[in-house]
Amino acid sequence: MSFQEEHELHRRRFGRNLGLGLVLAAFIALIFGLTVVKVTQTPMPSVEEMSQ
Amino acid sequence: MTDATINTDAQAPEAQFGDYVALLKPRVMVLVVFTAIIGLFAAPVSLHPVEAFAAILFIALGGGASGALNMWWDADIDAVMKRTSKRPIPSGRVTPQEALAFGLGLSGISVVMLGLATNWAAAGLLAFTIFFYVVIYTMWLKRWTPQNIVIGGAAGAFPPMIGWAAATGSVSVESVLMFALIFMWTPPHFWALALFMRSDYDDAGVPMLTVTHGRRATRVHILVYTLLLAALSLGLAATSIGGPVYLAAALVLNALFVRDAIRIWRRDEDASEADNFKVEKAFFKLSLLYLFLLFGAIGADTALGLGGLW
Repeated sequence: MSFQEEHELHRRRFGRNLGLGLVLAAFIALIFGLTVVKVTQTPMPSVEEMSQ
Repeated sequence: MTDATINTDAQAPEAQFGDYVALLKPRVMVLVVFTAIIGLFAAPVSLHPVEAFAAILFIALGGGASGALNMWWDADIDAVMKRTSKRPIPSGRVTPQEALAFGLGLSGISVVMLGLATNWAAAGLLAFTIFFYVVIYTMWLKRWTPQNIVIGGAAGAFPPMIGWAAATGSVSVESVLMFALIFMWTPPHFWALALFMRSDYDDAGVPMLTVTHGRRATRVHILVYTLLLAALSLGLAATSIGGPVYLAAALVLNALFVRDAIRIWRRDEDASEADNFKVEKAFFKLSLLYLFLLFGAIGADTALGLGGLW
């Protein structure tokens, strides 16, 4: 199956799609950063606490 | 979708990425971001920088979402007013349905993400702010009462309180005072705008004070609210977030602001029209500087460790 020729619509909306893509990538990076911060800030329970 | 519909779409103005950014009212967002940063920074509890960044981002996003919903509801007014006629919806680049979906989607994301990033007190305040701006101000008060600006101004006053709540998880006297400062600042700021953008609000039928009670009454209201604002902002210097930098800024800025309000009060329409509303426009510009410098002074006192010295 061959690649279809790019539709004019895709060229016209390239800027918009690129912008959305970058926003989504930044959002994922932020979620990752927040997760790392939340996990490292939460104190780990000791072995004794876990066994109780 | 058939090729025929694609071709039909191609003839309508195409929404670009910038049009969706414009729906978020980025210029208003500057005030939201700045005051929220000061609220968060002045709070006695500090957040991790990543959490603080996320908090400010989602507060800004929530403010932007309410701006999009405001543009969805007010598209008919925006089309009439010269200042707003080129916005994405009246210009046809974004459909009202798209703006509604965009605003509702971002509202949900911003509230949930703020809750997850910081705490649910801040998220609740953000949700209430969006509700207040969209339902109470935009849908109800704006077209019904000339006090629309006075009560609706509360929506723009919440960001420092949300920033404070993001750090502390609660509401306190200091955050309420920062709220009150913006709340009292909003009416004279917008009434000055209404004085020199007269035809816009008249044409749109928005019951601004200038339309319902006349321009003389508006000038009196600007002076009264400016005097009340001056008393409040000077009083804030004596609280735990005020310090010497804030006191100095408040003394100078309030002297200038009251002086210009008196000038507006003393002028009549002939004098204003003769110099194309020079004093009113200067007052409007000064009002922007007033708020930025006062909040900047709160930030400066906090950074220098001078807040709450008396």
